[in-house]
Amino acid sequence: MQSALQGAVDPALVALFAALVIGCAGIPGLFIQKPGPGQILSAAATILAALAGVPAALMLIFSRTATTYVLQWGLPFGPCELVIDPLSAFFLLPVFLVSAAGSLFALGYWPAAEHRTTERGLTFFYGLLASSMAILLMARNGVFFIMVWEIMALSAYFLLMTEHEREDVRRAGIVYLIATHIGTAALFVSFSLLAAQTGSFLLPAAGSLSALTPLASVVALMAFIGFGAKAGIMPFHIWLPSAHANAPSHVSALMSGVMLKMGLYGIFRTLTYFHDPPLLWGAVLTVCGIASALLGIIFAVAQRDLKRLLACSSIENIGIITTGLGIALLGVSSHTTVLVYLGLAGALLHILNHSFFKPLLFLGSGVIIHSSGTREMNLMGGLGKGMPRVALLFLVGSVAICGIPPLNGFVSEFLLYLGFFSQLKANNLTYLVLLAPVLALVGGLAMVAFTKLFSSVFLGTPRSSAAAHPHEAGVTMLLPMAFFALLCLVIGVVPQLALRLVSPVITAFYPQAMSATVSTEYGTILGRLSLAGVLLVSAVVVVTLLWRWRLGKGLISFTSTWGCGYQRGTARMQYGGTAFSELAVSVFDGIMRQRIKRPALHGLFPKRSHCSDVPTETLLDKVISPLFSLAGVSFAFLRRLQHGQMHMYMMYIFVTLFILMLWAH
Amino acid sequence: MITLADQLLVLVLLINFISLGTSRLMFSIRAVAAQGVILGILPGLIHPFSWHLVAITVVILAVKGVIIPMMLGRAVRSAEIKREVEPFLGYVPTLLLGAVFTALSFGFAGRLPMLAEHQNYMFVPASIATLMTGFLVLTTRRKAISQVIGYLVLDNGIFIFGLLLTEAMPVMVEAGALLDLLVGTFVMGIVINQISREFSSLDTSLLTSLKEE
Repeated sequence: MQSALQGAVDPALVALFAALVIGCAGIPGLFIQKPGPGQILSAAATILAALAGVPAALMLIFSRTATTYVLQWGLPFGPCELVIDPLSAFFLLPVFLVSAAGSLFALGYWPAAEHRTTERGLTFFYGLLASSMAILLMARNGVFFIMVWEIMALSAYFLLMTEHEREDVRRAGIVYLIATHIGTAALFVSFSLLAAQTGSFLLPAAGSLSALTPLASVVALMAFIGFGAKAGIMPFHIWLPSAHANAPSHVSALMSGVMLKMGLYGIFRTLTYFHDPPLLWGAVLTVCGIASALLGIIFAVAQRDLKRLLACSSIENIGIITTGLGIALLGVSSHTTVLVYLGLAGALLHILNHSFFKPLLFLGSGVIIHSSGTREMNLMGGLGKGMPRVALLFLVGSVAICGIPPLNGFVSEFLLYLGFFSQLKANNLTYLVLLAPVLALVGGLAMVAFTKLFSSVFLGTPRSSAAAHPHEAGVTMLLPMAFFALLCLVIGVVPQLALRLVSPVITAFYPQAMSATVSTEYGTILGRLSLAGVLLVSAVVVVTLLWRWRLGKGLISFTSTWGCGYQRGTARMQYGGTAFSELAVSVFDGIMRQRIKRPALHGLFPKRSHCSDVPTETLLDKVISPLFSLAGVSFAFLRRLQHGQMHMYMMYIFVTLFILMLWAH
Repeated sequence: MITLADQLLVLVLLINFISLGTSRLMFSIRAVAAQGVILGILPGLIHPFSWHLVAITVVILAVKGVIIPMMLGRAVRSAEIKREVEPFLGYVPTLLLGAVFTALSFGFAGRLPMLAEHQNYMFVPASIATLMTGFLVLTTRRKAISQVIGYLVLDNGIFIFGLLLTEAMPVMVEAGALLDLLVGTFVMGIVINQISREFSSLDTSLLTSLKEE
């Protein structure tokens, strides 16, 4: 049946068409005066396009051949090819799923009736961002790639600036813009060198270049910087927390769930050009990855802003994925098939998983912020009573992101652990096993972070009047969240299916990795995992039912949560998020500090006072900020050139022209 | 015909000096319009007849000779200014500089590696001299309208260079260039209005107050 369908319509064409529809979905709304219909139209078009795009992407993952389309663009950069191979098709899945879910969510979260001025632009750029990401995955011409890349970066900037009347949003926007353009500059270098080497702007075919030339190292390094800046891998992560925290929540979901992955896609794609990469490349990726994972989660633990915490945890997850890719590359260099298989399977599966649970959490945070009017976790509390469904869905996401069975986060991290241990008895790369405790530490800290998040938001009693009257989210907001939660559960319970999904991608990346023995061996291991997952889920269901039954029988008395028996306890006496994470963060004093300002108490009856905490990144404060201010001081003389006198600017051009003319003589 | 074309180009060079030497804005605008009209006629003199050529001539005459001068004239009237007073560099020095640049451009054009059939024309030196004049006006004048005039002269310089290639150039490219000019002037017109409303003056050096500290 599949072949019959393929005969009728090429799935690549369907995917391309779906991407274009998503890109145009926001346009009618720009011209409709009445608020509302444009947004609904855009959501409907996006969802329909995704309904067509997801099966098409799935078909493309499993199809053996990739059709090449050539865009007649009339620009002097060679033919503009569009190809969807399994790698592109795999990354298309989150693009379609998250953009559709986000546009549905926006109907409830950012309704046109309440946000007349901003809704149109938001809807338009949302579609443009999703569409540019989908087309980016198909682009095979370096120049076209950079153009689409820039459309993606700029539409994300406009989305981020939705609430531009706020000072912190504008600051976040500027930082993002600078970071993304430093990345683009690196990509320019990378693609130009690549074109100089191959003689055309077409991206080189898989394995067609030698990795041992110095030029190849520069290309790879520049691509790593450029794509790494977008993905938020550790030295280039500065823009990420503030950008994600200040965007509207469904935009954060799309940015974190999908846009960061475009950086990773770039790294994947760059690595496919080269055969026999040196061991150093894999080592760099692994070290940067594990550092991002560890530092990212430490940052996350210390945050008190709900969305900043989620954003920092994105750095962690990107780090985990990069680590997986790194060990896969080490496997390629050392011809260790098992390592390649496990590293790639872990990384790819984690990409998919992260693009399910992170949007779930970001959408959830949107509901929370919508309801409580603040992003400050220390002012929330007790929201679980008012919005039990959101709390349940958020719990699913939190458990998944911590890598706890039976949810999907566990599966991908499990594959990575298997990868770390697989070289224990081998002669070389034994030291990889040292990564296992680090990843375990990351997992543990993730638990701390998300326990802090969940308990200070949903449990206890409200800490401020704003959080006191939560209301359950509407169906347009709950439905996308429930959808992602379901996907998390499905991958967690039947991981074999997910493994089958990533297998063609692994084959495309490194054909030797898919030996029959390896895949069946790990298929059976995951089968056992699936069995355990089913048992766990049923245990949870049984315990819940028993608890309900017991509650129904006994006498129930209501009192404030964590009242601790105080006669006149107040909500502010609760154990807060800052206190919860203080110990964990204090261990990593050199990297991250919760600077807590405590009031000094005097006398028997101290006066009313305030306590505040500011999470500060030592690396940012001590290294990166001074570097930037040093650059600012040392290049201050350049500002004199930019004085605002128009005719002097003309004079610059004139003088340049004149010098060039004289030089030509 | 070539000799006639060369004589017309001498006229173009003379008009350059008018735009450098006069302080009256309306006169300057008319001079540049006349320059545009001459440039409109030129393609017809040096290339054989074709409808493509006719279309180009008509459009250039309309845009450079009529529409842009009219827009500028209206801007001058609505801003109620007649003269460019106190430019950054006086009229005599700019005239002298203009003469130096014109001489230099003849010297420079003589050394360019040109095709044999273009060697003896005055097109290239006239083009470079006009370009330089445009730059001079742009850099030395203070009023926004003078800057637009400088921009027009600059564009005329580029256009003269393009004359050599008229036949080889597709219509779309020329239409694009003309449209570019028209839109550029249009935008400048809006900018002029905004500047005069904001600062109650057309002095572009006041734009420095928009600079971020």
